[in-house]
Amino acid sequence: MNITEKILAKGSGKTSVSPGEIVDSDVDMVMVHDLTGPLAVEAFKRIGVEKVWDNQKAVVILDHQVPAESVKAAELHKMMRQFAKEQGIRIYDVGKGGICHQVMPEKGHVLPGTVIVGADSHTCTYGAFGAFATGIGSTEAAAVLATGKIWLKVPSAVKVNVEGKFKKYTAPKDLILHVIGKLGAGGAIYKSVEFRGPTIRDMSIAGRMTLCNMTVEMGAKNGIVEPDETTRKFLEGRTTKMLPPFESLISDPDAAYEKTVNSDVTDLGSQVACPAQVDNVKPASELSNVPLDQAFIGSCTNGRIEDLRVAAEILKGKQVKDGVRTLVIPASQEVYRQALNEGLMEIFTDAGALVCGSTCGPCLGGHIGLLAPGETCVSTSNRNFIGRMGSTQANVYLASPATVAASAVTGHITDPNELEAHKA
Amino acid sequence: MKVTGKAVKFGDNIDTDVILPGKYLVLIDPNDLAKHAMEGLDPAFPEKAAQGVIVVGGKNFGCGSSREQAPIALKYAGVRCILAESFARIFFRNAINIGLPVIECKGISAAVDSGDEVAVDFEAGKVQNVTKGTSLQAPKLPPFIVEILADGGLIENLRKRLNKK
Repeated sequence: MNITEKILAKGSGKTSVSPGEIVDSDVDMVMVHDLTGPLAVEAFKRIGVEKVWDNQKAVVILDHQVPAESVKAAELHKMMRQFAKEQGIRIYDVGKGGICHQVMPEKGHVLPGTVIVGADSHTCTYGAFGAFATGIGSTEAAAVLATGKIWLKVPSAVKVNVEGKFKKYTAPKDLILHVIGKLGAGGAIYKSVEFRGPTIRDMSIAGRMTLCNMTVEMGAKNGIVEPDETTRKFLEGRTTKMLPPFESLISDPDAAYEKTVNSDVTDLGSQVACPAQVDNVKPASELSNVPLDQAFIGSCTNGRIEDLRVAAEILKGKQVKDGVRTLVIPASQEVYRQALNEGLMEIFTDAGALVCGSTCGPCLGGHIGLLAPGETCVSTSNRNFIGRMGSTQANVYLASPATVAASAVTGHITDPNELEAHKA
Repeated sequence: MKVTGKAVKFGDNIDTDVILPGKYLVLIDPNDLAKHAMEGLDPAFPEKAAQGVIVVGGKNFGCGSSREQAPIALKYAGVRCILAESFARIFFRNAINIGLPVIECKGISAAVDSGDEVAVDFEAGKVQNVTKGTSLQAPKLPPFIVEILADGGLIENLRKRLNKK
């Protein structure tokens, strides 16, 4: 079995499972946020059970419309606070957490080998820690809150083998955009995507999270990386729970994969997903004729300290171009604090960028930095669909933090490696 | 379980941001959500759907966000069923969980034009284009999914199951 099959077998109390099989799995952790939680709470109340199955295995995170941007959002937040209090569920409120997919692992709610479901499509991010994690809807989250169980079809798997060393300003984001461009927006539909190979072993947790985060953009059920010492180091001090032996979470040599994709990142350049599909991927160097109105560095895909460091490295001592409003939004309060300690906030502020408190913000067009008709934004987030960041007549280009920072400086889409060459 | 209705056809990769833009996610009332169904592609959709329609999609219908408000908006706008070449998995589950039938049906895009009268039998997996006099056989839904749909959604189904215990 591969790692995903091993986790699902354990979760459903079986010795083995195979693709296509429908299993009833125990859930180790369920997460809802401020936009999916309220519907889940309403559905939960209709089920007719008083208490959630296990209040230690549920988490509420307010991150999408925070701080409340309208009275309606404030009402939803109030409803979630009340539910969490009634049920004794851990809630990460404004100022205490940040974006759900960053907060979950930071606060020790994501452990290797566990089955995690979240009422958000980017729940697949936690595969970076060797967990089986997938997105569900609100009604399903309510059913999980009541029963602690979920039916799942065991997915067939795609193996993405990665080797080579990244060029200076090429990053995991460029790799995942490249893979999505190759496989297509529906290229891994219902499937598990397992990242393997020496490049993945050398990759930081932040990079692995970016890869797993965007597997849903090719329709995948989950993205996953086998846990290792890098995983163990990240989790140190974040959880008091016993970790499973990592040997039990290694794919067998004879594990079955429906497809294998081999990728060498040695010559990979900066990649950009053009409007209005994530698989519409082109090299950044071919897009220098795209002028910008906004640049956004943040989101559950690329709002981590590693992302802010590279953006700051590029922006240090420079000014963002007049007419390109540049937003920097750390993925969590912890990331914010770290960026402050490292002096990154000063660099961003001096460069003329606006640093906001941790939130999903413009990524989903909820609030902060929405686009007007005819405007163009380059963003480190994960979706460029029509209307995603505001007007249906706006354009969104997706890229790495380095590409977004370089583009903010020049005012048009810019390959960060070319910005450096230009300076020299 | 059978439904009939006029088809409204869309292409491949119809994402949840065009089905229901993010700015409406603060709305709770399904009828308020319905007013914005498919707003990203066709703001006149709720008017067209009001009589009761069958949506026909291409590949990867409902891709993107996990927002259940997307299938809710379609259901309350008047969509009786969605047929597509393939679905994004969260959308597929969400639709079933709120009692909106969805069937994966290969060849449906070529077999149906907007405005055709379509009849669907879920248990048999049979899709008929009444206007053109043609039919397609889709894979049957597993019995437990048909049961969830027959009960009107996952919550109703769960209530029934918990009461039996």
